[in-house]
Parts: sequence; structure tokens; C-alpha cells
Amino acid sequence: MSAVIHSPQAEAPALLSIENIYLLIGFLVLFLVVKTLQDKGHPKRYTTALFWMLFGNVFLFGDLSIALIGETLTYQWVGVSVIIIALLAGMGKVSMGTYYTPSDEELDQSAKTIGNKLFIPAVLIPIITVICTLFLGGINLGGTYLFDQNHLTLASLTLACGGALLVAWKFTSGSPIQAIGESRRLVDSIGWAAILPQMLAMLGGVFIVANTGTAIQDIVTMFISPDNRFMLVVLYCVGMALFTMVMGNAFAAFPVMTAGIAVPFLIQGHDASPAPLVAIGMYSGYCGTLMTPMAANFNIVPAALLDLKDKYQVIKVQIPTAIALLIINIFLMYGVIFND
Amino acid sequence: MTELNLLPLTGILVVVLGFALRFNPLLVVTAAGLITGWAVDLNFSELLATFGEKFMNSRQLASFLLILPVIAILERYGLQNRAKNWIANIKGATTARILGMYFVVRESSAALGLLSLAGQAQTVRPLLAPMALGAAANQHGELPKEVKDMISAHSAACDNIAVFFGEDIFIAFGAVLLMDAFLKENGIAGIEPLHIGLWAIPTAIFALIVHLFRLARLEAKICNKIAEIRQQEAQNKSATSEEPA
Repeated sequence: MSAVIHSPQAEAPALLSIENIYLLIGFLVLFLVVKTLQDKGHPKRYTTALFWMLFGNVFLFGDLSIALIGETLTYQWVGVSVIIIALLAGMGKVSMGTYYTPSDEELDQSAKTIGNKLFIPAVLIPIITVICTLFLGGINLGGTYLFDQNHLTLASLTLACGGALLVAWKFTSGSPIQAIGESRRLVDSIGWAAILPQMLAMLGGVFIVANTGTAIQDIVTMFISPDNRFMLVVLYCVGMALFTMVMGNAFAAFPVMTAGIAVPFLIQGHDASPAPLVAIGMYSGYCGTLMTPMAANFNIVPAALLDLKDKYQVIKVQIPTAIALLIINIFLMYGVIFND
Repeated sequence: MTELNLLPLTGILVVVLGFALRFNPLLVVTAAGLITGWAVDLNFSELLATFGEKFMNSRQLASFLLILPVIAILERYGLQNRAKNWIANIKGATTARILGMYFVVRESSAALGLLSLAGQAQTVRPLLAPMALGAAANQHGELPKEVKDMISAHSAACDNIAVFFGEDIFIAFGAVLLMDAFLKENGIAGIEPLHIGLWAIPTAIFALIVHLFRLARLEAKICNKIAEIRQQEAQNKSATSEEPA
């Protein structure tokens, strides 16, 4: 689960700043939009292009727009774009196009010619990312950092992708431009699922504004017997898993369920030990992450990437492990948190 | 007792219903946001701005798009085929062993904080799934689509489960910092991230045991599935080939 904790560190100028990375993503998406428009055999050429263009705009013009017309107006046009994006996807107007697919013989032949060098760029991505994150993160060129200090891993990953692309260019006979064009096949097969994580972050924001967490706490309070330790543990663990399934993200469920159940009833009521309580509670939420299509980038995107016929198959494979671990977590928590 | 206000929960109801009725998730989530805002009397332009603000502030979630060009070009020049053929030359490589080994490496590296070492786009699709498929094809010959999908889905699941249950051991990881910050905010003192990280270890070990046990049984499952499909095919064939050739 990729976590983003915003540290209140001062903004230092950086070459690979988060704004520049967004611009890069924006240009990538824009290039795919042009490619989509050029694809004469595409059954839903214009609506698919519109879908990605609305998405790419947020990356290309978002920061610029805030600087020019201010936050409120920018957030409003982004909000309108998001609704149109959802409508386009909801009405089935976003689809795969047509792509050049090499035959298996061609692929075998080229794999044989290039040999194990084909692995190098793929392996370089993690290696460069880790080296940059751990050792080169602080590089400073006359007052400008190379990597965004608040988004070190992401900036390192971006550099790693660029480096791997250049190495791939050297070993294959394909150019970086061709590579970006080829990635349209992958992006299209992921489709709307690529946007779901951001949409869920949005829903989480609305839930906070609407005080949904307080309402959940009220309900829990109604149905709970504060003396039954085991049921409290079950309620907390299962509640974490279920609410995570709805929100698609254990981080969103954690504060609500922990403030609603764990802190008042277990920590204050039964003197439970906080460290194992929260650690196992969060892991119970992860059990929910494994079982929900809302965790799109873990469960739905891979199904698309792997061309699975059933887009819920990854979830189905994960369910037995998730349920087993949820049960184990409940007994583990019950066994370790009470001190008396 | 204070009055129970259930209106903020309408969004959750919409999400659950929307999924049950199999609407497009983007539509379901947007509708849930709009209806929640309407239910609690939020000003519409404020609601729009909340949508936009949260969407913009979570743009880093789309960063996996940057990996795709590299993977796409390598695949175009036969990366998956190479991975398959490479596995074919290793004696004793089975689907379960490859996935099991990957699980152990992925979970331990996540525990050390090396989360970006692998992932669905950068390792599972181009390397792990083709290798797992190659090992199975080695033993059983050409695989039916159903079996291919089963092995691919298991590859994706291995990556998810290993990284989820490994990452919380690493004390500088976001989830651990989130829990730490939550406890401090709620006035619970004396807990360090190290304690939380240590308490993640038991579940991590159980995850390893449970999933490796399931993987150990995967090999037999693949055999059975293939036998079942072959038998069905044979029956269909004998049914259609009753006429003399």
C-alpha cells in the first residue's frame, strides 16, 4: 500500500519536483490521447480520448491554474472534469483501441537475439529507485535539489523509469517515443481502473466533510456491549476489514474505527495495550483490502494487466488467505492486548 | 442520548448497492460523493471544490503510469517469452516454488522498507507471471486459458499479500507513522513506532505460513484442473468424431 505522509518540511526547489513529475505524467497522457485520436480502427475513439484528456488536463494544467485563477476555481473545474470522467466511464464510452501485436514467433526471435539483456531495464527500475532513495536523495546542485525532498521515492522512481527507458532503447531497436506509444495498449487495458484510487481519495474527503465517521461511531455505540472483551475485539477487527472494503483503503478506515471502538472501549475501558492493538487492527484492515474491488490498484489493475477473463479473479484467489488471517488476527489480538 | 444522525451514511449505502448492482465503480464512487454531499446539505459548489481538491492532492497515485513505457517496449521485444524460456532451462522450477520464493523475498524486502523493489506493473506482469506460467507449461505442455488465468491471479495475489503484511514491520512506513500520529493525537503516550513495528511481526509470520501452505497445494490444483479440462475435451472430441473420418 503506497502511503503518503506529508511532512511539513519547507519547500526546497528541486529538479525532479512533484510538480514536474505531474507535468511529465500529463505529457505522457496527452501523447496517448493523440495516439488514440490517430487510431482509425478504435470503436470509441473520441470519447476515450476525451476521458484521458480530462484526466491529463489535471496533471498538465492543475498547478498552473492554481497560480493563475486561484484554488477555488481550479478545484471546481477539476471537480466538473471528475464528474464527466465518471459519466464517460459509467456509460461504457471508454474502450480498447487497435494495436500492432507482433506474432509469437517474432517475439521469440527477438527475445533470442537480445537475450538476457532484456531483463536489465526491468531490473534497473527498482535498483535505481532504491539507490537514489537511500544514498543520493540529498544531492544538491547549487541550492536546487535533484529530487523532491518531500517525495523522495516518487522522484527516484521517475528518474529510474527514464534511465531504464534509455537502456531499453540501447538494447532493443525501439525508441522511447515508440515505447510511449506501445504503453497505450497497457493503459487502455487498465482503463477506468487507473483513476479509481484518486476517486476514492475524493470520496474519503467528502466523508470527512460530512462527518460520516461520527455517524459510524454512534451506530457502533448502540450495538456494543462494553463488557464483552472478545466481542469488542471481533467488532474492531471485522469492522476494520469491512470499512476498508467500502473505502478501498485501510488508512481511511483506521482513524474512524480506532477512534470509534478501540480507544474508548478497549484502551480506556479495558486497559488494552495500544501498540499491538493498532498494529493488528491495521493488519485486519489489510485483510479487507485483499477482498475489495475498491482497492483497484492492487486487485483490479493487475487483473487487467494480466488479461484475466474474470476481473475479480485476483480477489477470489486472495479471499481464503485474507479470511484465515482475519481470524488469526482476532485471536492474536485477544491473546496479547490485555495485561491482566 | 444524542440524536442519531444517519444521513452521512447514505454514501456507504450507495457504494454497497452500486457494487451489488455491478455499476461502473467510477460512477458509484462519484454518485456516493454527490449523494452524501446532498444528504448533509453541503453547498454544491463547495462539494465540487472538495471533489477537485482531493482529486488533485492525490495525483501521486497515478505515478505507476510512468513505469508502463519501459515495460511496454520490453514486452514488444519479447521480455515475457524470454522469462518463460529462461525458466524452462531451470530444472525443478515449479509454479509453486517460484511463487513461494518470490513471496519470501518480497515480504522480507518490504519489511526492510524496500517497497518499490517490485509491484504489479513492474514485476508481476513482465516477469513473475510469465515465469510461473513457463514453469507450468514446462510440466504440462500448452496450458488452457482457465489454468493460465488461475496462475496469473496467484502471481498478483502473491505480490499483494507479501507486500501488505511485510511493510508494517518497517518503522518508517506511512502506516506505522499514521498509527503513531493517531495515538499521540488521542493522548496515548509512551508508544514508539518501533513497538508498533514489532507487533506487526506475528501477523507477518502467520501470513507467510498461511500463504505458503496454500501455494504448496497449488501444484496439485493445477494438475487436477488440467486433467479435468483435458477429459472434457476428450469427451467432446469423441462425441463429435463418431462419424467415420
